[in-house]
Order: sequence, then C-alpha cells, then structure tokens
Amino acid sequence: MALRLRREHAAQIQAHVEAGYPAEACGILLGREVDGVKMVEGLHLVPNRWANPEEQTHRFFIPPEEVRTAEALAARRGQEVLGFFHSHPDHPARPSAFDREHAWPWYAYLIISVEGGRAVDWRVWQLTDDRSAFEEQGLEIVEDSG
Amino acid sequence: MAVQILIPTPLRAYTKGEKVVSVEAGTVGEALRTLTERYPELRRHLFNEDGRLRSFVNVYLGDEDVRYLQGEETPIADGQTLSIVPSIAGGSGWRSGRWITRP
Repeated sequence: MALRLRREHAAQIQAHVEAGYPAEACGILLGREVDGVKMVEGLHLVPNRWANPEEQTHRFFIPPEEVRTAEALAARRGQEVLGFFHSHPDHPARPSAFDREHAWPWYAYLIISVEGGRAVDWRVWQLTDDRSAFEEQGLEIVEDSG
Repeated sequence: MAVQILIPTPLRAYTKGEKVVSVEAGTVGEALRTLTERYPELRRHLFNEDGRLRSFVNVYLGDEDVRYLQGEETPIADGQTLSIVPSIAGGSGWRSGRWITRP
C-alpha cells in the first residue's frame, strides 16, 4: 500500500526534520486512502514532546491530544489520519523495535534519515497484522498538481 | 449501560469495518473487555501480553482521558462515548554507538 506525497508536503517535512536536527522531529499525515493508495493532502506538524530533552536525539513522542486535534482537523476536511512521520538523526530510515511496540497496522509510518542535518533517505513502513514486523511500502512523490 | 465505542480507522479491519460499536458495560474496562471478546483480533492491538492497555493506547470518555479519571475503573453513564486514540512514540533508539535496550 503506497504513500503518495505532493512535492510541497515533502518540502515541508524536509524543512521540519532538518530544522529539528539533531533531535528527532515528527508530524501527522492527513489525507484520503483511494484504491489502497494513501494520498497525503495535509500535514499537522507537531513538536517532539518526548519528556527528556536529552533523549530527543533518539526518541520522539506525539501525545494523544495532538492526534485528536489532527483527527478533528482531518474530519472537517473529509480526510483522516493516514499515518505519521518522524526522523532518525544520523541513523538509517528503518523502524526500531521501540517503533514496533508503539504502532498499529494500516497506518503509514514515514521515517526520514537525517545525516549531518540533511534529509537523505525516506522510507515508508507498515506494521503487519500480527505485530511481528514492519513491511516497507512504496513512496511516491508527485508534483503539486498531482 | 449502553456505551458507544468509536473505532479508529486502523482498527476497523478487526471490527468487520464497524466505525462505532455499541456495548453494555458499567466501567471503561468492562467496555473494552466486551469489545475485545466480540472482536478477539483487536485484543493484541489494545492490550499487551500481560493484559494491560498498551502504553500508547489512550481511551477517552467523552473529552476526558480516562487516565485522569479512574482509569479502567471509570464508571460509564448511559449514552456516553468512548474513543480509542493512539499516542505515537518511537525513535531510532541509537545513541553513542549502541542500541538502547529496555530493562
């Protein structure tokens, strides 16, 4: 199940995760699922609320009230929360065991590897039904008119 | 007491597509147990192996997070609505050249 991102949204995500470096940065993907493709139509950028700032280089947290806010915002636009993104500073764009413990299936988890302050690798993951693993999904970046 | 439980999009695959499930329950915990008895495949996504709500799974009674009420013992009045909302935690777990492992 692919994630489709407009270039304008990719640029916003890139700016957000590069500005957050060396801490992890995060946000919420809003849009619609059409024929199995998750089409991002909006972003809800949120600060990393992991309680201990010293650990924000390798941990992030989005509190439930931010998710509720995003769900309400999406519902007003006829959209839904499609998933989440976060950065892995100086680390590959692969989910950790910690990521897996805190995930649900269906959602798209976009992870961006940020090396030395530059976003260098983007990958999308989805948790399997049995919670045993993340499977990589396709990522399409389309022009804004797309 | 009849309570309506709003099912978030990712979990509807386990409730036969139902967006709202109505159950009879006196407390929040009873409502969630009744829900997962009706839809057993939901259980692993809400509860851990010890039968406790997963740390990232949050339950709201109306607009109140039940953690700030009486948790699973929070009583439910007839016609109230429960929402299941994830918080999102994660990260690379990588620091100083080694993996952080949980105790």
